[in-house]
Amino acid sequence: MDALALLAIFALLLVVAWIVASPLRRGAAVRAASREEAERQDLEAARDAKYREIRDAELDRQTGKLSEADWRALDRQLRAEAVEILRRLDELDGLE
Amino acid sequence: MATVGRAALLIALLICAYGVVAAIYGALTGRREWVESARRSVYALAVALTVAFGVLELAFLRSDFSFAVVAGHSSTTTPTFYKASAMWSSQEGSLLLWVWLLSLWASLVVFLTRRRMREVVPWATAVLLGYGAFFTALLVFAVSPFETLAQPPADGSGLNPLLRHPAMMIHPPMLYSGYTLFAIPFAFAVGALVARRVDAEWIRSTRRFALAAWLVLGVGIVLGARWSYNELGWGGYWAWDAVENASLMPWLTGTAFIHSVMIQEKRGMLKIWNVSLVLATGILCVLGTFLVRSGILDSIHAFGASTLGVPFVVLIAGMSLGSIALVVWRRDLLRSEHRLDSLLSREAMFLLNNLVLVALCFVVFWGTFFPLISEAVTGEETSVGPPWFARYTVPLALVLVALSGIGPLIAWRRATAVNLRRTFAFPLACGVVALVALLFVPGVPQKPLALSMFALGAFVAGTVGQELWRGARARRTTTGEPLPVALTSLVRRNRRRYGGYLVHLGIVVMFVGVAASSAFQTAQDRRLSPGDTARVDGYEVRYVRATAEVGNDPSGTGAMLSLGAVLDVSKDGRHVATLRPARSFYPSNRTASGSVEWLIAGEPTSEVAVRSTLLSDFWTAVSPDMRELQEVIDQADEAVAADIPAEQQPMVAFRLLRDVIAPNYVEDPPPAMFRMIASPLVAWIWIGSLIAIGGGLIALWPAPDAARRRATATLRARVAQDLGRA
Repeated sequence: MDALALLAIFALLLVVAWIVASPLRRGAAVRAASREEAERQDLEAARDAKYREIRDAELDRQTGKLSEADWRALDRQLRAEAVEILRRLDELDGLE
Repeated sequence: MATVGRAALLIALLICAYGVVAAIYGALTGRREWVESARRSVYALAVALTVAFGVLELAFLRSDFSFAVVAGHSSTTTPTFYKASAMWSSQEGSLLLWVWLLSLWASLVVFLTRRRMREVVPWATAVLLGYGAFFTALLVFAVSPFETLAQPPADGSGLNPLLRHPAMMIHPPMLYSGYTLFAIPFAFAVGALVARRVDAEWIRSTRRFALAAWLVLGVGIVLGARWSYNELGWGGYWAWDAVENASLMPWLTGTAFIHSVMIQEKRGMLKIWNVSLVLATGILCVLGTFLVRSGILDSIHAFGASTLGVPFVVLIAGMSLGSIALVVWRRDLLRSEHRLDSLLSREAMFLLNNLVLVALCFVVFWGTFFPLISEAVTGEETSVGPPWFARYTVPLALVLVALSGIGPLIAWRRATAVNLRRTFAFPLACGVVALVALLFVPGVPQKPLALSMFALGAFVAGTVGQELWRGARARRTTTGEPLPVALTSLVRRNRRRYGGYLVHLGIVVMFVGVAASSAFQTAQDRRLSPGDTARVDGYEVRYVRATAEVGNDPSGTGAMLSLGAVLDVSKDGRHVATLRPARSFYPSNRTASGSVEWLIAGEPTSEVAVRSTLLSDFWTAVSPDMRELQEVIDQADEAVAADIPAEQQPMVAFRLLRDVIAPNYVEDPPPAMFRMIASPLVAWIWIGSLIAIGGGLIALWPAPDAARRRATATLRARVAQDLGRA
């Protein structure tokens, strides 16, 4: 085995060990990385999905697939669900 | 260099093993630093495998025949373009490509979900690294791509000539990207089940990966069909071959999945169905890889020899049993939150579409594995051919096309009679007009299945056109934008919906092309001498003269000898094309070098010549009669062996081929066999696939507002961080 190959393998091992071990070295800091942050991201994704649903329903009404009455009922329900997500997001902000 | 590659693979295996343990330990104990370390193991895996992949690719490009795999699948005469792709013609190289792609996609998904789905991601990471462990273990212990030869040969065996086609550069990476991308929703489904988080969040987080998998797998399938049409010399694009079917099955269940997840996202329904579909898709992807590499079923595309049957069967059995156990274990959590309100709803149409797609997959599965099943039951291997597949798939495809037009017209939850009348009138009129018009086209009424496909195609085109028109008109009313701007904005703001509609249109255009080219194809095999003429479906084909090229292959495949023909094609007395099909011959890796025989005894390939227009293709292939030529070659080789010193024999053999044998063939060619096929609308298969790919890309692209929101959120986080520091 030539020296260059050995050096390359050693370098690869170092890089891999550095990548994998860094969270373990920063143990406390990683633990502190907030659970709230993860929850917020999940809620924001849920909020975006709900907004998309509201826009979809609106488009269905505009293109004639939903009657005015059906759309109103659906829109009311979707908006209520969106409000609930926003309320949970606000609660999360209040905890900080 | 081989040592570096071997070490990189070993390091990759250790990373996988560590990462699986760290992820599960972190998930069970709630210690985030271990979860984070496992996540970073995925990045480390990508680094190690990139090194291994790079080392092997470099060995191919440098023609380093000390690597056994390079000596077995490349040569100094292989064009550089094909040297780069020769890696995945080997079993070892293709498995390395598979796991390398998996590591890249897995890195991307664990990066994108680094602050989300805390409960699910550790388990998904463990599954992805488990996949990685399986494939790297194969590469370390069973089929190492870094085996070296004590005495490297002066030249390698060369790349299989059939694989010297531009599509083959991209086809395997596309298929494998599809397979490995489907591993991501599979892993997240497992994670969601284990972590009891079976809401729609895992679907939202991996939806783009499922869509990307569906898209690239589809591109891979189309490229394979294109290669088959242009390279295999039998004149078709789909043979219901085991290897083709292997890629089609996960694509079908994946198609079902990307439709049915919308029902779970919107209504909280079909949770069991969705996890089952994605788990089945993940398993079918591994099965597809296994079928291509194992050679357990006869295939025109199987380039692998089986040495890995047992480990793959164990993996597939483990995945299947584990998936069933997980779904049964979590069945209480997987109950639907709502019931189906009406059979006239989009949910019902999606459900029907799913049933048809799964039925199609079952038909393909049964037909593909029938030889094995019949052998197990009767002791005799019996296979089923294209007519058997057509009997079941054509009616199912017709229902599928109808549903792709009906689905977009029906509202979620419940459709009313008034709405149905309003939305169906125009598309139905399109279908009826097409049906009536085509009844007057000679020959079409005699093919009722093809006629139905054309009418349904018009119905779907009407649906998509109406949806675009009504959406753009509504937007113009709301915003006052001019119609073209309103249309662009509409698609830009609703990429998933309108991208999906374009995919429907593209698929239907493809199906119309398939129906026309299958139902109205005329094929002839004729033996012709120069000056002879043949008539094929109104085309008059005259064999003008024979051609022979030595060491000058225009398609750049490295062929030593190309024997061809110049064909004059005319219709109704008018010249329409001059076609030049050829048969290419390559140096052998079996006979001794230094003979004319050696120069041309490799596996020959057909270089087909096609005249393609939007209305029809005229496809030709030639098979020269080699018997007379073989006598001349044998005589030449005897003379060379007797009279020429060994070191000069290769040069003399080449000159004999170029200056004597090839010109003789041109001057006095024996009759050649020609296959000639006239097929209508083949071009629309490729055009339809381009439309579908375009639609898929639109659906895949992130919405501008979402991207902006993410950027704003990042900026907000930075401000908060800066304020914290201050």
